[in-house]
Amino acid sequence: MNIVLRKKSAFKGLHLPEDKITAEKPIEVLPVPEKVVIPVQQSLGAPCEFLVTRGDFVKTGQKIADSKSYVSAPVHSSISGKVSKVIRMVNPITSKVTDAVIISSDGEDSWVEHSKLFDILELGDISELKKIIDNISKEEILKKVREAGIVGMGGATFPTHVKLNPPPDKKIDTVILNGCECEPSITSDHRLMLENGREILMGLYIINRILLPQNIYIGIEDNKKDAIENLKKLIMEMGFSSLFKIVSLKSRYPMGAEKMLIKTITGRSVPMGGLPMDVGTIVSNVATSKSIYSAVIEGMPLIERVVTVTGAVVNPKNFRVRLGTTVGSLIEKCGGYRGKFNSIILGGPMMGVSVVDNEFPVIKGTNCILVEKRRIQDEQNCINCGRCVDICPMNLMPLMYVRNTKKGDYETCQEYHIGNCIECGLCSYVCPANIPIVGYIKTCKSELVKRKAKK
Amino acid sequence: MEDNKILISHAPHIWKGFSTSRIMYLVVVALLFPAAAAIYFFGYYAIYLMLTCVVTAVLTEFIIKKIRKKRFIMDGSAVITGLLLALTLPPRLPLWMAALGSFFAIAVVKEAFGGLGYNIFNPALGGRAFLAVCFSKEMTTWVLPPHFNYDAITGATPLSENFVYQSDKISLYKDLFFGNTGGCLGETSALLILIGALFLVIFRIIDWRIPVFYIGTVVLGSFIMGKDVLFQILAGGLMIGAFFMATDYVTSPVTRNGRIIFGVGLGILTVIIRNFSNMPEGVTYSILIMNAFNPLIDRYIRVKPFGFYKKSKNV
Repeated sequence: MNIVLRKKSAFKGLHLPEDKITAEKPIEVLPVPEKVVIPVQQSLGAPCEFLVTRGDFVKTGQKIADSKSYVSAPVHSSISGKVSKVIRMVNPITSKVTDAVIISSDGEDSWVEHSKLFDILELGDISELKKIIDNISKEEILKKVREAGIVGMGGATFPTHVKLNPPPDKKIDTVILNGCECEPSITSDHRLMLENGREILMGLYIINRILLPQNIYIGIEDNKKDAIENLKKLIMEMGFSSLFKIVSLKSRYPMGAEKMLIKTITGRSVPMGGLPMDVGTIVSNVATSKSIYSAVIEGMPLIERVVTVTGAVVNPKNFRVRLGTTVGSLIEKCGGYRGKFNSIILGGPMMGVSVVDNEFPVIKGTNCILVEKRRIQDEQNCINCGRCVDICPMNLMPLMYVRNTKKGDYETCQEYHIGNCIECGLCSYVCPANIPIVGYIKTCKSELVKRKAKK
Repeated sequence: MEDNKILISHAPHIWKGFSTSRIMYLVVVALLFPAAAAIYFFGYYAIYLMLTCVVTAVLTEFIIKKIRKKRFIMDGSAVITGLLLALTLPPRLPLWMAALGSFFAIAVVKEAFGGLGYNIFNPALGGRAFLAVCFSKEMTTWVLPPHFNYDAITGATPLSENFVYQSDKISLYKDLFFGNTGGCLGETSALLILIGALFLVIFRIIDWRIPVFYIGTVVLGSFIMGKDVLFQILAGGLMIGAFFMATDYVTSPVTRNGRIIFGVGLGILTVIIRNFSNMPEGVTYSILIMNAFNPLIDRYIRVKPFGFYKKSKNV
């Protein structure tokens, strides 16, 4: 049976220069860092509060922040040691000031007790493991996922247990595992698919156990042929060939945006302002799937992830790091900076956030650290060329947002459906006048939120 | 770390680098094809005319930017305006008139509205319309090619009423296609205009919709009016207007559907002017009139957003 399907892209978009120089570099596991910086807020859910204060001793995997709200994900300590400081920092996902703790390691990495259902994932154990998963109740899995603090690791950081528990009136018939990694430079998901394919597939089996959808697809862009081959081989070996289908997708940015992925694979369009579950679909990232496996089977909370460090560093690499490891220490591990640079970006070049200094930590949604030398160029006048309109995968008219935001007319932007923008950055990328269109869009969106709050 | 200043900027952090000035200079390169035809058919005087227009346009822009205390960017848009204006002028127009037209195009039609990106009308055509009103005699004095010397024989353009062609139809089409006929500097050779246009399409500078729907509408309209269709599209300024003037970004719609409407509107206006007015040619005024409609088209023709259903709420 053919388990690899082929799909062309069903949206506008563009094939970007890939620049994935670390695709051949195996994931390097770093020793436990001496200190970690852990922000209290690492998900899109309700704000969490710290359960520890300065001077407390924490163990690896100990929950250090939580919220009573359902739509939130707790935060865990990624090393064992002493909470040496509580600081305020700007959170790169929410751009708001949040609390963070600095934990100094005691060098022992002693874990809190966690129940491991299964040891090492060997090929012969698959059927036994499947039985174990089949015997855990849905509620228990969801509880474990929440307690492990798992969020969408592709960058959106939405709490996974909420996503996996859709309201009963939404019937989910399709699950898509997102292994597109459509942004240039990033290779963390690519390496994960090559090196942790079994865990990813078992994680997907757990998702299947919860949702019992009719179709399960794994979407991978065709510039990662080795990852497609590897997962195909593993699906056969692990006996999933009747359950999972791999979809080889044309590499075209932003294929990894969930609305684009759903449209391409299933042909369904998520309605404006809606969620994938409105069209019976749930999309999950491959790294998230691996974390679900680790949480449910190994009892491990989300305290580490794979991150690509690339750009103007001496030796670009992929690392498996403890969350909270600072950007600066990772760049050191790559041999330091190479040549001149003027920006450090958390995330990919298209959607990443540039940060002020290298003391920033790797958090749950950080898939890449990119050091870049940017040419600074002035914004020129819009010449009405329509390139942004032609390329927008969401079929919006980005130039109207620039025009009206400059005037302060945010309501008109709303008329042009600014809320539908996924901020993929293609409009700014192709703009001949070098207008930071996404910057204007973000300004307008936050102004609209402020005005709404005033009312 | 210390010697590097860290920059905070919005995503995306990479840029395609296809800048405005690159677009403009590619258009200039494309315009060199009809310009070559102009020199071949109308002699050295064509070079003087083009140089006069270009230099005046760039100088005017430079001075006005200085007066307005704005930064002058040599982005090539003034070069295009000057060159385009020259290509729409009669082959023996006095140079000072050409310079005046070029000055008017930049100073009034472009900069007075706020400069590149803010002008409502195509600057080159605005300049041409100004000259046509001020110097109606000189602007309708044509010569017949090929004549490299200044004292050429005056003759009528193909579209005017007193145009008589001696030979058979096939050689008439041939002359019109290659450009061996009377008319404005750059409008006569359909062949070289098409080569220039192909260049623009290959480099994805222009959208095919405007010229195709423009010329298509003229074909249909001329057919309905019982005119010689091939003659109507080859003669006059339709070709250069459709490919180089109507496709000007600033003064044409941003959406694909808007561009179709724009092209069809141009075609209808051209057919009306050619058939019912007492002017032989209507491309200039068609484009200027549709330019005025452009903000309206951009306001009402929108793209249907992804995931738009009739019932879905405004987000």
